[in-house]
Parts: sequence; structure tokens; C-alpha cells
Amino acid sequence: MTTTLDMTATDLRAVNTTLQAAARAQANEDYEIINPRGAHAMACGLDGPLTVTIKGSTGYYCAGMNKEATVTVEGSAGPGVAENMMSGIVTIEGDASQYAGATGHGGLLNIKGNASSRCGISMKGIDIVVHGNIGHMSAFMAQKGNLVVLGDAGDALGDSLYEARLFVRGSVKSLGADCIEKEMRPEHLEILAKLLEQAGADAKPEEFKRYGSARKLYNFNIDHADEY
Amino acid sequence: MCGIVGLFLKKDDLRPQLGDMLTDMLITMTDRGPDSAGIAIYGPETEGMVKITVQSDSPETAFAHLDAALCAAIDAPVTIKVIDTHAVLTVPEASEAAAIAWLEETGLRIMGSGASMEIYKEVGLPKDVAARFGLREMGGSHGIGHTRMATESAVTTMGAHPFSTADDQCLVHNGSLSNHNQMRRTLARKGVFTRSENDTEVGAAYISSRIAEGATLGEALEGTIKDLDGFFTFVTGTRNGFGVVRDPIACKPAVMAETEDYVAFASEYRAFADLPGIEAARVWEPEPATVYFWER
Repeated sequence: MTTTLDMTATDLRAVNTTLQAAARAQANEDYEIINPRGAHAMACGLDGPLTVTIKGSTGYYCAGMNKEATVTVEGSAGPGVAENMMSGIVTIEGDASQYAGATGHGGLLNIKGNASSRCGISMKGIDIVVHGNIGHMSAFMAQKGNLVVLGDAGDALGDSLYEARLFVRGSVKSLGADCIEKEMRPEHLEILAKLLEQAGADAKPEEFKRYGSARKLYNFNIDHADEY
Repeated sequence: MCGIVGLFLKKDDLRPQLGDMLTDMLITMTDRGPDSAGIAIYGPETEGMVKITVQSDSPETAFAHLDAALCAAIDAPVTIKVIDTHAVLTVPEASEAAAIAWLEETGLRIMGSGASMEIYKEVGLPKDVAARFGLREMGGSHGIGHTRMATESAVTTMGAHPFSTADDQCLVHNGSLSNHNQMRRTLARKGVFTRSENDTEVGAAYISSRIAEGATLGEALEGTIKDLDGFFTFVTGTRNGFGVVRDPIACKPAVMAETEDYVAFASEYRAFADLPGIEAARVWEPEPATVYFWER
């Protein structure tokens, strides 16, 4: 049974309180939210299994800090969607604004449209699949996890990258400092195939290029002392 | 933070509702800018005539017999429409410069002028500002609005947006410019002067000066990317339409929606929630360092 919450009748705080209690109850119920009207911080802090479908577009920080829950936005999401997500699945049927999936530790963020700038900034283990394009400075200082882009990437992809893996099918406008193209080995094709399948993406792993850290910014280089 | 909104109607039958639609958008952006609000609305024109919007803190005395006094000073017919602290004076095109000079001399603040544009802006919550001016009842072809959270200059009427620095041109801004003092001096050397200490007014003056030098609106907006330093999402209004440009870093939010009836701009999607047909609109985020404009 699906419970419907109407945001023209129920305020944001009441909606989130209801969802958070349902998540804590560990009953994996289905919730549907209608008339979201671009509200901020919708379905954030869900700390347990729960299925939430938001019928429309959302504002800032939707599904932030998500743990175990499955959240679907049937519209576009504003800045910071699924920020600091721990686990679970967040799906955006439309576009995502800037810093989608920032600092995420785990789970899958599946963006069916485009993501704008700073997608996956400082990601720490999350998997992000973007079916469209991503904007500039994506995966800046990304530490762990996988960013898969079926379209093109903007400027300075993977600047100051640590150990996150970046897979891009289309063009990359420019690579950031210390980000380089790397060999696609069988284990990478395997990871990619699994993620594409999970995200329901119509693409073959062989069509992608892999980018990663050149690992030259990890340590202070004494030969560069004069440059500081 | 600040909130900006814009609405450009593609069909004439929505024109009577422009003010109502823009007011809802403006009030929704109150969280982003509660200290002052303003709107530029492009309404009906009268052939050969120009509208000058002025503001006074003591409208009862300042606007009493103002039309007659201005008429005598410039020796031309003048009509006046007083709305709260603002008055819109309609004068023949040929007398515009003389009228503005005289009005400024009497101590009135010039909000803007043009064949089509009227500007209303004041300190206060957007809902209160909208109510004072009766923005909901205003009709027009397009309009832009701003809710301000001040950073670069004081919370005053003159510091509120939109800023107009040429006939029928105005600008609203979310962000802050870091080279505005230098640009203000550069513009002053060319004879382009601003009326406030505000950074956005310098941005507006830059765009106006480029257009005065022969640039198109598109070229002038392109120029902001190269010549203005800082953070900005700009929406600029002209007699025929409006334009949007974001700086290359693009940390200031922006979202657009387009249907067969209108093109809308806002800092956040929330502002679109009451627009007719928004569920079926094409909604997208304008790209960084990319100029968009719509003209009729």
C-alpha cells in the first residue's frame, strides 16, 4: 500500500518527520509525495529502508544523508541532491543542479538527465551514474567511488582527484590538475557493466574511457619548493 | 544570497496577468532576500512619449503639483501617476534629458526611464513592497524582479534592484562583483556615471555603455564574462525582451522554464510552482558563461 502525502496540505517538516519515522520503523513502506513545488530538503535524513516517490521537481538538498532508502524524483532536483548519501538509491528522472552527490559515502545516485557543475565533488564512495552530461569541476577532490557519465563532461574534470574512478562515454572538455586518462582493464569493465545495469543505462562498457588520479599531488615535492 | 525572477510573455492574452504572476514569483523568493525588493515592468507605450519613474521618501509633499512644476520647467506637457513612494511622469521624448536633470535637481531619486519600462523598488519584505505598489494589478509584456539580501552596499531604496542605467534597460543580479570600483572609474572616464555605491549598478552601466557603443544585447552580455570579475547571475531587461548570463564559476543558482506562452527565469524552481502549465514546461539550468536572450 502506498501512502500519499500532499504538500499543499502538509508542510515540509511534517512530511519529513513522517518519512523519517517510517524509515526508522524498518518496514520498507511505500510513500508518494505530491505537489512538492520545488521545496527544499525533501526526504532528507532517511535512516532505514523506505520507498519514496516525489511527483514533481524539488529544491535544494533533496534526499540528503540518505541511508538505505530508495528515493525517486519524478522531475528535476535543485542543488545538492543526495548530498552526503550513505547508502540506498536516489533516482532523478530529470536534471540535477550543481554538486549532486557531493561527499557521498555510498549507495547509487542515478541521474537520468544532465547534472550541472561540481557533480560528485569530494565523493567518498558513492556511485553516481549520469545518463546525460555533467558540468565543470565535477569529481573535484573525489576520494572513492565511481562516477559514470554517458554524455560529455565539462571543464576541469577530476581536479585534485584521489582514488575515485571516472568513466566518461562522450567528450571531456578538459581534465583538472592531476587527472589523467587511464587504461580500461577487465576489472574496470566489470565494475562499469554492473553500474550500467543497476542504473538501467543503455550503454556498453567498451564505449567509455576511464580517468583517474596521476597521484602526483599526493605528496609535497621538494623540487617544487621554489614555486610556493 | 538574493533572489531573482523574470518573465517574458510570448502571447498577448497573458499580459493583464503579468504583474500577478511576477508577484507570486517574487514573494516565493523572500527567503533569498528579505531586506528589499523591486520590479521592472514593461508595459504599454505612448508614441513619442517617455516614462520617468522617480522616488521620494516624502511623496505627499514631493509629488504635489510635481507635474505642473515639471511642465513649466521643461515647457512641455506632463502627466503623472503616483503610486506610494514612486511617481511615473510621462513627458515627450525630446524633453526627457531636461526633465530628468530638473527632477534630480529637486532632490527626487530617479529609478529609471524609457518608453515602456517602469521601476518600483523599496526597502521591506517582498510581499509588503508588492502590496504597496499594487504590483499584482500591473500588466505588461515582460518584467524582472529581485529580492535583496544586501552585501555590497547599504539597505536603501537606491541600493535595491533593478538598476537602470539607460532608457528601457535594467539589471538584476545575484552575486557580488569584485572589480566594480575599478570598472566604475573606467566607465567614469568614458563619461558613464552611476548613482549609487552598489556593485550591480556598475554591471548595469557596463552593459548600457557597451550597447551605447554599438554592441548588441548579446555582445554586451558576452562582455560581462570577460570584463566583470566576481560572482554573478544577471538578468537584464530591455524594451523588447530579456537576457540571462552567469559567470563561468556559476555558483549562483539559476533555473529557466519555457512553454508556448512564456519564458521564465528564477533563482529556484520554487518560484515557478504557480505558473500556468509548469508541469509540462521545458525546465533547464542555464549553462555557465553562456548568454541567453529572448526578444520579440
